Amino acid sequence: MLIACPYCGPRDLSEFTYQGDANRTRPNPMSNDQSAWNAYVYERVNPAGDHREFWQHSGGCRAHLAVIRSTLTHEIKSVAFAREAAK
Amino acid sequence: MVEIVSPLEPAYRRGAHGNRDGGSRITLSETQPGSIVQLAAWPGREDAMRAVVKTVTGLALDGAPGAGAVDESSAAFGFAPGRWLVVDQAEGAGQTFREKVSADLGTVCDLSHGRTAIAVEGEKAERLLSKFYALDFSLAAFPVASAKSTAHHDVFTLIQRTGADRFDLYVYRSFARSFWHLLCASAEEFGYTVE
Ligand SMILES: [Zn+2]
Repeated sequence: MLIACPYCGPRDLSEFTYQGDANRTRPNPMSNDQSAWNAYVYERVNPAGDHREFWQHSGGCRAHLAVIRSTLTHEIKSVAFAREAAK
Repeated sequence: MVEIVSPLEPAYRRGAHGNRDGGSRITLSETQPGSIVQLAAWPGREDAMRAVVKTVTGLALDGAPGAGAVDESSAAFGFAPGRWLVVDQAEGAGQTFREKVSADLGTVCDLSHGRTAIAVEGEKAERLLSKFYALDFSLAAFPVASAKSTAHHDVFTLIQRTGADRFDLYVYRSFARSFWHLLCASAEEFGYTVE
């Protein structure tokens, strides 16, 4: 599996670290809303298809990336810097 | 300045080694720069940081990822978004950059004692590095002066191509001797000289 880092270009999977589901929104840290925290910590979309997730190019430029990957084919459909994707 | 001590010292055996059939088709050397400095620009200040690199070293960097420049005594290259490594054979570049880089421009990290610089040179340099890293080392994909960040197992490496058949590698000092042993063992099949 290759991931095309926006800075480094296509690199082998071994250079990257998976950082989890990017579909979640963390509740305000001051929040006492237990159902919101339960959803954040435990509930996952778990699609058979395109999945938005965070990766870090830990063995390269160290940038955090927002990736859309198909869980059926492992095809990487898009890669962007996480800080830009979050805007 | 505090003297920079080589971590390779006990394993650094000058002379010719390995397969002697074709002579030495690899030359390995520790280049021992006096200054290795990492610069990071705040978002939006990248152009201003590259201008400081030009002022201090005379090296002009363009804004493309991994863009670099080299001259006889210094080198500079981008290795990550908004980050550059500047290398000078003379000591003191860290102090010079600290004076030129204001707090609203970015940060300066003097790595002169924290990295070990190894030059891999020769007709088999591309072939040797291909055994270590999953990168395309051909001249077209990796032009002279450009650089890449990568890793060999846990040994994070910055690689700048400083000639058609020469690459300068920067590795963590604490991993350098282990990496050097592996580099020498991997160069045996080509025949290598340690300068
Ligand atoms: Zn990268």
